[in-house]
Amino acid sequence: MTEQTAERKIRVLVAKPGLDGHDRGAKVIARALRDAGMEVIYTGIRQTPTMIVEAAIQEDVDAILMSILSGAHMALFPKVMDSLRQNGVDDVLVLAGGILPDEDIPAIEALGIRGNFGPGTPMQSIIDFVRANVHTERLTRALSPLGGLSGESSGATPGESAGTSAGAGASGQTAG
Amino acid sequence: MEIVDRVLAGDRRALARVVTLIENGAPEARAILAALHLRGGHAHIVGFTGSPGAGKSTLVTQLVRELRRREQRVGVVAVDPSSPFTGGAILGDRIRMQELAGDPNVFIRSMASRGSLGGLAASTRDVVRALDAASYDTIVIETVGAGQAEVEIVRAAQSVVVVTVPGMGDDIQAIKAGILEIADIFVVNKADRPGADQTAAELRMLMSLDTHRAERQWKPPIIKTIAANGEGVPALADALANHQRFLAESGQLASRRGQQARSEILALLNQALLDRLRAAVAPAEWDQLVEEVIARRTDPYSAAAILARRVGLNVEG
Repeated sequence: MTEQTAERKIRVLVAKPGLDGHDRGAKVIARALRDAGMEVIYTGIRQTPTMIVEAAIQEDVDAILMSILSGAHMALFPKVMDSLRQNGVDDVLVLAGGILPDEDIPAIEALGIRGNFGPGTPMQSIIDFVRANVHTERLTRALSPLGGLSGESSGATPGESAGTSAGAGASGQTAG
Repeated sequence: MEIVDRVLAGDRRALARVVTLIENGAPEARAILAALHLRGGHAHIVGFTGSPGAGKSTLVTQLVRELRRREQRVGVVAVDPSSPFTGGAILGDRIRMQELAGDPNVFIRSMASRGSLGGLAASTRDVVRALDAASYDTIVIETVGAGQAEVEIVRAAQSVVVVTVPGMGDDIQAIKAGILEIADIFVVNKADRPGADQTAAELRMLMSLDTHRAERQWKPPIIKTIAANGEGVPALADALANHQRFLAESGQLASRRGQQARSEILALLNQALLDRLRAAVAPAEWDQLVEEVIARRTDPYSAAAILARRVGLNVEG
């Protein structure tokens, strides 16, 4: 019988936002993280920000790794980060990789997205980065309240209250 | 407990966190589960099993869509294997299910098997318990792609759907002892492929040989589906509703629940005893006994008896 006590597995969502269909890189990274002992949820290509955030919530991941090659990162990344904030998700490490021009990196980092791994990044450095930066204490502290649903926390962050009055899941209706 | 209240109120993040705590065997999980158990018991729990590539994930996705049309709230627990070497896993069942991701009445959770055999993870039943308390009407468990003997799903589900595909000829013979016996509903998926009628006929023939059929009082329907385009899925949803009704009216729901509760209590006792044993016996002593058995100075039965006495159990040596 295997030991079941308090085993802590790092869970990572690997997602391809937007319309580019090249997921070789994402799959290679998913495989490398698996081989590093992590549980990797792979959602496939052409993911909307809503799909990514919903998957991250339901799977309760420690990290989201978005791979993007299409150049649409400045259109999609802010939506993902906004949606996470609206849903009260404040303890997930968000990383990006793919083709990210140097001049965009400061703006991406300002969104709270880290890593920003370009082509040629050694797998081990991605694995090490995930291990070093996931919020290890997130499972032992109380879950923050749900933004938007109870209406009590939405005042804290500006610019997020519009159009979410029907509850947390309602924003999902725009997916597709 | 605050988190329990949030799960009961339909907070998806709270539910997701509870599932993580259950999976990790966190110390607080037990009290949470105890509270959630008292609030559950309403969901129809459906298991899907069958060989890898039979189309389980696609079929489950289509079934969820059909159940949504019938205004049900649906939970999905999809189990994929963990690597026996690294403990890592790639959980890919969501790839086919992502179209459901924006629907607030659908909750999907991927689980790694984490070393368990039998097609489920050790904590799958407890995860289902949490979803049940969160008042999903139907909870679908998708097992690890299973072959012959991964029949754990019987102990977790009320209705078991066995998914097969045409052209597996001899394999149907091979599975007749294990997976075939646990089916409440058979699905012949990819029914647009040649041989679907023959596969259905073979299943029908095998069922006619089942000597326990009379006492089961339920004849498993055989449903042909094309999961890729949804054909046959309404018939599958109907069959599941029929089976649910049958279970309730025949009294078998109560007896299945009884068996499941019994086996759960036994499993917990097993675990408690093993934990006590681990605490009572030093690893060096274990190793010493193992050595003695290998060297044939003693036998496994006597070794077990010696260990059992340490926790106050008298076992015949």
